[in-house]
Amino acid sequence: MFRRVLGKTLGFVGYTVQYGCIAHCAFEYIGEFVVCSGPSMEPTIVNHDIVFSERMSRHLCKIEKGDIVIAKSPFDPNMNICKRVIGLEGDKVCTSAPSDVFKSHTYVPKGHVWLEGDNLRNSTDSRSYGPIPYALIRGRVCLKVKGGGVLYVCC
Amino acid sequence: MAQQASAGRRYLRAFVSGFFVAVPVTVTVLDRFAYVARVEGASMQPFLNPEGGSECDVVLLNRWSVRNYQVQRGDIVSVMSPRNPQQKIIKRVIGLEGDFIRTLGYKNRYVRIPDGHFWIEGDHHGHSLDSNSFGPVSVGLLHGRASHIIWPPSRWQQIKPSLPPNRGPLDTEEEEG
Repeated sequence: MFRRVLGKTLGFVGYTVQYGCIAHCAFEYIGEFVVCSGPSMEPTIVNHDIVFSERMSRHLCKIEKGDIVIAKSPFDPNMNICKRVIGLEGDKVCTSAPSDVFKSHTYVPKGHVWLEGDNLRNSTDSRSYGPIPYALIRGRVCLKVKGGGVLYVCC
Repeated sequence: MAQQASAGRRYLRAFVSGFFVAVPVTVTVLDRFAYVARVEGASMQPFLNPEGGSECDVVLLNRWSVRNYQVQRGDIVSVMSPRNPQQKIIKRVIGLEGDFIRTLGYKNRYVRIPDGHFWIEGDHHGHSLDSNSFGPVSVGLLHGRASHIIWPPSRWQQIKPSLPPNRGPLDTEEEEG
């Protein structure tokens, strides 16, 4: 009787471990749902939108210019930021505001990316803290999910 | 004949089900708990790889202890390289956020480490690509903490955090030498 209970408990633990590991692999290598907050990506992504970010592009180093990415914040690793990639390594990016008379440029260093929010007036991004290392990127946003259905694909 | 075919199918099913258990569990363990890595290069001599190219040390990286990004000064950590996202570098943590550091060859002589960053250096100064080249490193790039040297067997030991002499945060009352 005791051995049967022990057997069932071990079987249950085994199944939990197995499905937990499969879930971890799915979230880490396939993709995850992310709730976005903040105004920095309007009008593309507004406050409280749910997006699906896929991980394969990041692991295969196939993030391209113009992609929207989810990255770890360089100043707080427990927070994530959602911005658009404006420049990859080696690209020339403009760092001056549109109202400046003299334009200034900088080159994105090796292994880094330059991120900017779509809502340029209300976004803290690489224009304030500089380029961030590519390895901080977590995933590429490819779908926006709203109200139970898929709204659009921005691949 | 039919018996051989069903035995073959049984083996195939056992193999596939075993495969779907072993691969996710292994991947999860390597991502979340422990990772084994071979140390290449001379940037951490004489502590790691003291003989150079003949036999490289293999270290055990503890990924569970850095899940909340907590490290101490003097820990040896593996970090995703800011210059090359597919490479991991093993260095020692010299300073944490808020510390003042006297640098060796960086563009500024003294640096205050910003929030969410830390300062890493190899023990072999001059042969090391570390914060003295690319500045403070974001804590989000932290990969794991080296806890034990597991190969070669003659160098089995637990790695304890220790700061090299004269490399550490400047205290306010300390004289700058």
